Amino acid sequence: MKTGRLRLVEENAIEAQSIVKAFGQGKSAVLALDDVSVSIRKGEFFTLLGPSGCGKTTLLRLMAGFEMPTAGTIRLDGQDVTYLPPNRRPVNTVFQSYALFPHLTVRENIGFSLKMQGRAKAEIAKCTDRMLALVKMEDLAERKTAQLSGGQQQRVALARALAPQPKVLLLDEPLSALDLKLRKEMQIELKRLQKETGITFVFVTHDQEEALTMSDRIAVMNAGRLQQVAAPREIYTAPVNRFVASFIGETNFLNVTPAPGGFRLGNGEIVTAEGSGSVLTVRPEQVRIVSAEGAALTGTVDSLVYFGTDMHCHVRLGDGEALTVRLPLPPCGEAGVSPGDRVGIAFQPGATRLIEA
Amino acid sequence: MSKAEQRHRRRSARNGWLLSMPALVMLGFAASGPLLIVLVYSFLQKGDYGNVVWEFSPDGWIGILFTRDIFDGTLGLADAHLTIFWRSVSLSLMTTVITFALGFPTAWFIATRPASERAAWLFLVTIPFWTNLLIRTFAIGEILRTEGLVNTLLLWLGVINAPVQLLYNDNAVLVGMAYVYLPLMVLPLFAAIERFDMRLLEAAYDLYASRMQVLLHVILPIVKPGIVAGSILVFVPSLGAYVTPRILGGGKNMMIGNFIELQFGQGRNWPLGAALSMTLLLIVVVALLFYVRAVNRAGSGHGHG
Repeated sequence: MKTGRLRLVEENAIEAQSIVKAFGQGKSAVLALDDVSVSIRKGEFFTLLGPSGCGKTTLLRLMAGFEMPTAGTIRLDGQDVTYLPPNRRPVNTVFQSYALFPHLTVRENIGFSLKMQGRAKAEIAKCTDRMLALVKMEDLAERKTAQLSGGQQQRVALARALAPQPKVLLLDEPLSALDLKLRKEMQIELKRLQKETGITFVFVTHDQEEALTMSDRIAVMNAGRLQQVAAPREIYTAPVNRFVASFIGETNFLNVTPAPGGFRLGNGEIVTAEGSGSVLTVRPEQVRIVSAEGAALTGTVDSLVYFGTDMHCHVRLGDGEALTVRLPLPPCGEAGVSPGDRVGIAFQPGATRLIEA
Repeated sequence: MSKAEQRHRRRSARNGWLLSMPALVMLGFAASGPLLIVLVYSFLQKGDYGNVVWEFSPDGWIGILFTRDIFDGTLGLADAHLTIFWRSVSLSLMTTVITFALGFPTAWFIATRPASERAAWLFLVTIPFWTNLLIRTFAIGEILRTEGLVNTLLLWLGVINAPVQLLYNDNAVLVGMAYVYLPLMVLPLFAAIERFDMRLLEAAYDLYASRMQVLLHVILPIVKPGIVAGSILVFVPSLGAYVTPRILGGGKNMMIGNFIELQFGQGRNWPLGAALSMTLLLIVVVALLFYVRAVNRAGSGHGHG
């Protein structure tokens, strides 16, 4: 730089700051987003995860410009875009319903944004060709969208949103309408597209498995509030509260009280755990069943549920608390325990974590 | 195929014909029959006091565009007829344009109300149908006449100093027809807009379309079948309008409908009247063909959906 000043490189693709969004007015107003702040880095596959009604889609619509926040700002590449209409934001959306234009062919759908921007015909043709190749839809370019299968429509919707090369691509539960097999395929496809284009993806889903397998980082939301923003591994292994722990994967919750040398369980046993709080969490796959002889923690097998890959064993502890154990199965498929058995329980080292009640 | 099966098939075919008899009888007597009579009459010679002489003559058809000189019998272009044709077509087209300009926002408004309110709004649009056309047309005349509502209001507001002649001209006819046929435009437009997926609007905005571009590139192409249907429903009866130009046009601003009536009345030229009726029918058929083609083209876009 001639001025000698350092140019600040913007690392965040999109930033939401203290966002509040209320629907309705006065007493009947519903707070969809309650003071949400989140920064999404450039080139990241970022997922907004939460149950329906948690505000994740509202946050996405605010980023797209379909809604204006009640309070707070949204910055795109460092620029305040809070009140810019959607057609003036370099952000595109893949809709849950795809929202393809029924009167246009696949090619015309993909080239729509470029045509609206007034690009030259040759440029539009070149770009749509590239997009058709990217989503492997060259053969169906001249079809009308109603003649396509769900998976094909999904690809067109992706290509259409990627064609103008947005700074951020917003995806609103794009896989929810597909069957399981197709959904798995499209998950891989989406990851590939994100890598190839290098565009920041903001992905909304209520499917925790989808979030864990695809994301660089996940923001878990509930009741209009952000619960935790972290990488998938951290979200799973170190959930910050009971909601995150129970929403992502299965977890056992046991009440504990502080005691010298660790924390006291209901039956009096002392365990050690990381974190702070009065509830001990442990994932079912981190619990082992051992011989009741000499075990510090014992219980009675309540029921067994067969899952093919493993077996879920529900154990009732001496003080009445229930615990789920995931038992790996030997080739014969027999777990070696049956309901009514008295068993010992052991936690894997480092598997226990404390959270606030 | 077995014999029994053949017999069964023949019987079901016969039953099919029997079942469709009422429709065929209706079509024969109520549609094709009268039409055939009109067609035959258009090729006959005119009687001196109306009616027809049963001799072939192309005069009825020639009379549509040409007029025979009273003195030397040579054919000349009938300017008056052409004026009437032109007035009919242009007034009908303008009626269609006006009803579309007013009807589209109306239909859009109704279609975007909550589903529970739509029926009430549609009911309001159809209320004029409940009153006789003649009464409604006279009411428009009452509003437009020199001492009418519009003039009184304009005088009171001081916009004009003396009453303006609003009645008995083409504009009065236009106002009357636009008023009468507006519901016919609103209803098919509403049906098309109601089926329109509003999520496409967000998609278009998201893909950098301006408001105008959304209208031109997304809304209008998709609701086109409704636009064409409404236009046909307005254009066709406008073309044959009789009461409105008669009452609001004051008799001197004839349209085809009045012209046809004249031939069967004072004109005493039934073959010309019949030929004019057939011409009107032809124009309508051409308009309908245009409609079917336009809808088919638009329909292919929706495929099986």
